[in-house]
Amino acid sequence: MSTVATTAEQVTPHEEVGVETHGQMWPVTGQIAISLFALGLGGFIGLFQAIERVNITLPPFGPFENYYQGLTFHGVLLAFVFTFGFANAFVSWTTIRGFDRPLYSTMLAQGAFWVLLTGTILGAIIMTMNEATVLFTFYAPMQAHSLFYLAAALLVVSTWLVLANIVLTYRAWRKENPTAAIPLMGFTSLTTYIMWGLASLGVAILVVGILLPWSLGLWDHTDPQLGRTLFWLSGHAIVYFWLLPVYISWYMFIPKQVGGRLYSDGLTRFAFILFLLFSIPTGLHHQYTDPGIHEGMKGFHLLLTFVIFYPSLITAFSIMAALEHGGRKAGGRGLFGWIMALPWNNPAVVAQLLAMLVFTLGGVTGLVNASMSVNLVVHNTAFIPGHFHLTVGTAVALSVLGICYWFVPYLTQRPLFATKLALWQAWMWAIGVLIFSRGQMSGGLDAQPRRTMLGEASYSLPGWEVANWLTAIGGIVMTVSGLLFFVVMIGTLLNKRAETAEEKAALQPLMPAPPIHDHRKSWKIFDRIGLWTLIAIILILIAYIPVFLLYLPAEFTSPGVRVW
Amino acid sequence: MKIDRYEKIFMLLGVGILAMGLIAIAISVLHYGLHVPSPDGRIAPGDVRATSPWDEPGVYETGDGEYEVIMLAETWRFVPDEVRVPAGSEVTFRMTSPDVVHGVLIEKTAVNVMIIPGQIATVTHTFDEPGEHLFVCHEYCGTGHHLMSGRVVVE
Ligand code: HEM
Ligand SMILES: [Cu+2]
Ligand SMILES: [Cu+2]
Repeated sequence: MSTVATTAEQVTPHEEVGVETHGQMWPVTGQIAISLFALGLGGFIGLFQAIERVNITLPPFGPFENYYQGLTFHGVLLAFVFTFGFANAFVSWTTIRGFDRPLYSTMLAQGAFWVLLTGTILGAIIMTMNEATVLFTFYAPMQAHSLFYLAAALLVVSTWLVLANIVLTYRAWRKENPTAAIPLMGFTSLTTYIMWGLASLGVAILVVGILLPWSLGLWDHTDPQLGRTLFWLSGHAIVYFWLLPVYISWYMFIPKQVGGRLYSDGLTRFAFILFLLFSIPTGLHHQYTDPGIHEGMKGFHLLLTFVIFYPSLITAFSIMAALEHGGRKAGGRGLFGWIMALPWNNPAVVAQLLAMLVFTLGGVTGLVNASMSVNLVVHNTAFIPGHFHLTVGTAVALSVLGICYWFVPYLTQRPLFATKLALWQAWMWAIGVLIFSRGQMSGGLDAQPRRTMLGEASYSLPGWEVANWLTAIGGIVMTVSGLLFFVVMIGTLLNKRAETAEEKAALQPLMPAPPIHDHRKSWKIFDRIGLWTLIAIILILIAYIPVFLLYLPAEFTSPGVRVW
Repeated sequence: MKIDRYEKIFMLLGVGILAMGLIAIAISVLHYGLHVPSPDGRIAPGDVRATSPWDEPGVYETGDGEYEVIMLAETWRFVPDEVRVPAGSEVTFRMTSPDVVHGVLIEKTAVNVMIIPGQIATVTHTFDEPGEHLFVCHEYCGTGHHLMSGRVVVE
């Protein structure tokens, strides 16, 4: 390890934390690239889904044979590849910066990149060959090609390699700093990945333990209800795995980017601990209408679901406080004047501010979905995609675009191209998704099913026409916005590399200052990561052991079917 | 830990709002009887078509103003796909699938349930007013998924 001392102004991605880290930073750049590729390809297919419902089908399904093949592509690339790629890349980097040291293992860092890439290419090929038109939930007994399940497993394994690396990095840091408080950015990175490590076990057991051998012909039957329960054991927590890397940006980077400061170290740790504890034991709220699960169990998970809403409320408060702090320092006066004083000319900030605004609607509609009896009105209707294009499709995706507006220039050492265009991009996405989701939601409240090729459906209701047009128009606006993003990115890649010290300094990430109430005011027990992990495991067992006990014996009676 | 006054107010407010939500749901279930589905037995998908009552799907009168609908959800249709009952009937749907996962949602009602191979899905609804209700399959079940629907005609 060379220990070339560098002043902060000269740090480049090759010399993070004052040492040569190129071997760990190219996988970061590489996984951002995979993630954005997935976003571009997957998002583009979204356009065809949006316009199909108003019978614009030229070309019918983009490059695909049928609507559902395209929808599988859209779901898998956006829900898994885009999100995992970004999380792996960004949280690896926040770990390096958080602990102020290189990752423990360069091999693991590079391994994560290669495994993610292999899983993505394999999955894309199988889906394009129409061998896995099972949507991103791949509910048995629909049976995909075995390589599809392998690809899904590889995507998850890549996140495990990153998890292992983060934990090892933390332990190496701890050895050298036996009594220090865990740096806040390291803390948020670590808890995010530990949470997902636990959560992913459900889908790992399902894919590797049941579906993969089944698709290889080792056995002929599955138990679909059991499979759904395993899937959703991971399936709610995954939304927090999508969200938390973005929360890291909101907590750690946004305050400084708006010229303010995060308020409380302790409250931040508290929120992330709640995410670690309660993200997973809530999965049954996706199965309120499953016939094979007892109503009492559903009620129990409903309770826990309301608990997991809480840390997001705390987040809303903390971030708003930091924004106000920044706005007032920039001269904003009065009750709302500070909002105008925020840097509305910085696309990195604007994209994330708009993402936050849209997320408030996402949160409210999420509460609707979670409310067991109200769920009966919206379950599996178009209301649901209406909801999650506000959450993962905007709170996460638009924030990621915003983060890319500073992170990609830093990684590539090239200044951002066409800032104005980037600003347009952010506004158009926010406006587009509001129109889109308004359409989906009103359709959904009018009994319009989701995951359905509505343009060709054998049925229709009067209220659907307006809903479909809103969805289509919103989808077109979002697509144009997405195109603008890629224009900005390609322009950035074509920009001249920063050479002078000044140019390089302008590309430096703004690293967080300690919160106003820093770690000395936080409770020491927050840092007992092992303890919290243990409690998280106990909570999962409490929430799920009765579910499985009541369900047993599992009955493997459903043969695999190909329905496309 | 130092918690600011505004922070404290906000945190308590948050707890209050969520608690109110939970209470409202509890009332809807316990008082208004708005239940979600619960287990009602199992059946191997391969046996469905040869096992009573699904060997003879249809609408059966089971009592005064009470009907039972024995329904199959299969790729890509509901059997039966038309259910006629008089206004005021309490209708119990007993459904299962011989192939893949389906789901059913009846328009203008709170009937919404997954139909999962291996499981028997049972839901009850009282149709008070005369009129028509579209019902659709709301879980992807293959390339004919969007052709799978039916209607309840209340006379
Ligand atoms: C140009 C932008 C986009 C458009 C026009 C679009 C459009 C759509 C439409 C119309 C559906 C519903 C299809 C149906 O239910 O039949 C859908 C589903 C979905 N979208 Fe998007 N979308 C876009 C971007 C995104 C983004 C950025 C994400 C996530 C990061 C995302 C994630 C999903 C997922 C997970 C589904 C569910 C797939 C399924 O039900 O199997 N979409 N999209
Ligand atoms: Cu959920
Ligand atoms: Cu269907």
